[in-house]
Amino acid sequence: MGSQSFLQVRKLKRVFATVEKNAKPIFSGVNFDIEKGEFVCIIGHSGCGKTTILNILAGLDVASAGDVVMDGREIGGPSLDRGVVFQSHALMPWLTVMKNIAFAVKSRWPDWDNAKIEKHCQKYIDLVRLTGNEHKKPSQLSGGMKQRVGIARAFSIQPKMLLLDEPFGALDALTRGTIQDELLSICAQTHQTVFMITHDVDEAILLAGKIMLMSSNTENGPPARIAEIVVNTLPKTRTRGDIHHHPQFYKIRNHLVDFLVNRSQAPLAPFAADAGGVEYPPHVTPGLDNETVVESASVIALRSGKVH
Amino acid sequence: MKSLGVRAAILSLLILCVLLLVWHAATMPKEAVTAADSEYAKLMGAGAPKADGIPTPAQIGATIWKHARDPFYDNGPNDKGIGIQIGWSLARVLGGFLLAALVAIPLGFVIGMSPLFHRALNPFIQILKPISPLAWMPLALYTIKDSATSSIFVIFICSIWPMLINTAHGVASVRRDWLNVAKTLEVGVLRKAFLVVLPAAAPTILTGMRISMGIAWLVIVAAEMLVGGTGIGYFVWNEWNNLSLSNVIFAILMIGLVGMLLDMVFGVLQRAVTYVE
Repeated sequence: MGSQSFLQVRKLKRVFATVEKNAKPIFSGVNFDIEKGEFVCIIGHSGCGKTTILNILAGLDVASAGDVVMDGREIGGPSLDRGVVFQSHALMPWLTVMKNIAFAVKSRWPDWDNAKIEKHCQKYIDLVRLTGNEHKKPSQLSGGMKQRVGIARAFSIQPKMLLLDEPFGALDALTRGTIQDELLSICAQTHQTVFMITHDVDEAILLAGKIMLMSSNTENGPPARIAEIVVNTLPKTRTRGDIHHHPQFYKIRNHLVDFLVNRSQAPLAPFAADAGGVEYPPHVTPGLDNETVVESASVIALRSGKVH
Repeated sequence: MKSLGVRAAILSLLILCVLLLVWHAATMPKEAVTAADSEYAKLMGAGAPKADGIPTPAQIGATIWKHARDPFYDNGPNDKGIGIQIGWSLARVLGGFLLAALVAIPLGFVIGMSPLFHRALNPFIQILKPISPLAWMPLALYTIKDSATSSIFVIFICSIWPMLINTAHGVASVRRDWLNVAKTLEVGVLRKAFLVVLPAAAPTILTGMRISMGIAWLVIVAAEMLVGGTGIGYFVWNEWNNLSLSNVIFAILMIGLVGMLLDMVFGVLQRAVTYVE
């Protein structure tokens, strides 16, 4: 299954070298697919290796085992095909907003002339509603505006996939809401494939079509892995203003919070494996069909009586 | 209430006046020992300007005026204008300093980017750094066989270390995020070095250059005292041999003034490359 998926992550494992020999991996047996145009969020407690997975997807880190294939090609290092929005915005403070984005655009299309680069940058500055701030330095911008520049920079190189590492973590709730709405509309316009780390359950429900739940990497427990994939059953045209009126919203939300609070450290039942021995985490649709669990009957058994 | 700047300037002037007054009082020519015989007093030099001991502020003023009126005269090897002497010193300092920058900044980049080079070169730097630059002088004179070039070498060797260490430190501590941005954008090595690492490390590098220039200006005076010929250091020593303390004091003031101006230039450069995060 999934041989045609846009992004395939197979048997991914990462061990950080320590003095002791058989060091425990942070995570292992991580398998998932992302389709073109999909928005996927990953949620889990700190230390479970979310950022490491994102860094491996970005090519900034190397997996200890397993492989990642995007668009039919194995990921072997950083690439302009994958745009990254860093948690700390990572803008160059000595460059203006325009020049920060132009640096990326020039890297993508080295033979473009300055006028073309500027026009292209302006388009993305307008897209994140920063028109009029082109010639300001990052230090003159608020936290939310800086993160918008980071988003514009990542979109400006028109990557095949966008990787967002908790992009709104440092922002206040109001700013976060506005930028979430903007991101949602930009992604809807551009059909961008997105992989995003978040700690915010509501953010995940608003933005993502699929929410991957990662189990915790505890001291004596097994390495972290993706425990289940929650399919977002809310209508695609959802907005921040109406989402919480939908009957499905709290069912999904409760399921996510339950996982984070109660189940993220519980032992996982074995997953169903495909012909190639790849074990996929079950897909769940909270609130529908008594919480249908695709692929893994044992997980239903484990969970029944505990949740809902 | 006047602004702090104005009040500070008034206080500075006041301190200057007090210093000049104390100086004047301390160097006043002693009253003629006995005015018993006016003929005898004349023979003893009374009435003539004071010629020995520490000169009075007025005499220094006259010396400054004399030099300022004609800074570029040249009456042979032992009598050149102050402008020419300072010019020689500056030329040597700039020569040695630029040579040092040419070596230290690229080498600092390599050390900062490569932990291997950092470890491998660190022992050499640690041993060479604390050596007084003048200790190199005999070796330089023997190998280069030219006193003027030797003093440039001494400037080179003393100004290389702060620039090297600061460049390496600045380059090594460029924020990982910016390097990651460059990586994900597949930026080439040279483009990364000039457009990401250099601007990020520029404030630290400039600090190193400023320290180097300060040290170079300290060392040139001593070096020129040793090698002789021309330069402000030679001028000080020559005037000491002439027992002209007012010229010595004048030269000291000039050394301070030029050092301050050099530092100010680097202060301006530093401000130009500093960024706010």
